[in-house]
Amino acid sequence: MKVISYLSSLMIPFLLFYVIGYGLLSKRDIYRDFLDGACEGLRTVGKIVPALIGLMTGVGVLRASGFLEFLGGLMGRVTESFGFPAELVPLTLVRMFSSSAATGLLLDIFKEFGTDSPTGLMAGLILGATESVFYCMSVYFGSIKIQKTRYTLPGALIATVAGVIAAVWMVRWMR
Amino acid sequence: MTYLWSGMILIGIVYGVLTGNLEAVTEAVISSSKEAVNLCIGMAGITAMWTGIMKIAETTGLVEKLSGGLRPVLKLLFPELTGEVRACSYISLNFLSNMLGLGWAATSSGLLAFQELDRINRENCIRLGETGKRGIPIASNAMCTFLIINVSSLQLIPMNMIAYRAQYGSPQPAAIAGPGLVVTMISTAAAVIFCTIMNRRR
Repeated sequence: MKVISYLSSLMIPFLLFYVIGYGLLSKRDIYRDFLDGACEGLRTVGKIVPALIGLMTGVGVLRASGFLEFLGGLMGRVTESFGFPAELVPLTLVRMFSSSAATGLLLDIFKEFGTDSPTGLMAGLILGATESVFYCMSVYFGSIKIQKTRYTLPGALIATVAGVIAAVWMVRWMR
Repeated sequence: MTYLWSGMILIGIVYGVLTGNLEAVTEAVISSSKEAVNLCIGMAGITAMWTGIMKIAETTGLVEKLSGGLRPVLKLLFPELTGEVRACSYISLNFLSNMLGLGWAATSSGLLAFQELDRINRENCIRLGETGKRGIPIASNAMCTFLIINVSSLQLIPMNMIAYRAQYGSPQPAAIAGPGLVVTMISTAAAVIFCTIMNRRR
């Protein structure tokens, strides 16, 4: 555990050192390259701003209205019969919109059920194996103004559902 | 995106009226839009930093060297990108940063990859003409695949999860790493299978 966290805290400084060191050895004007790249990055962030305002407002409205909780409660009754705890439904739903909000819910679950209870473990595994689908889609597609996303959403949902099922199955198998 | 976004707002407002939460909804419109701008300002610095570093790695040929190992994987997932060195490099870089859990580096390289995919898509639109499935505002196969794989979560060791578990008194915080790896591999496998099927379909 200590070793892993030590290594991961070393990763970023090491990467910076490696890239810049390698650049110096290749005798290019790497500071110029850096500035070019940073400028490109800033421009891209600028392009995402409108998409992010749109999405986050949508998510905010949906959450504030209480609809997500309502949907979670409704789905929870169904999922209980498959052995999926109802408490995890809101977590899974929120996870698809916002990582930070999902982390908040995760910590609530840790507090209530404990980190190593079946529910706590499932919550941890679900969060580790899924991503904020809608957030990612709006950032990436927003940056190049794509409107029709074709099969991205179905594919993303399949990956998410596979992760959730695998998490439940894993915890049951571990017991 | 249009239906998704309008649906979210309209459902939120209708449900807010039904439950009398309309004031909270109004409040959310104001606070969320502010939060979005704050988030962008917050991420601008670190994203620019990483795209700068990545530019160095790219011009010095380091990216190509590092992404060599992922080439067979990319060939399978992105059959139409053979020969597109820059796009492939950025995608590899994004996958690698995701695996290592370097969120910002992943976002930066992902955004650069999308710029490239957009350029390729535009070229294809001009060269092959626009159809119902190909157009400048329509996602290309490569874009769909890239996002689906990304969303399936590639991170090998969930460092932040281990930290949260430690913080909340888990006796063995890192014990989640093993099962976590299996679970995230299953979700990624599902994503890969789905994308391969969609790529093959004509």
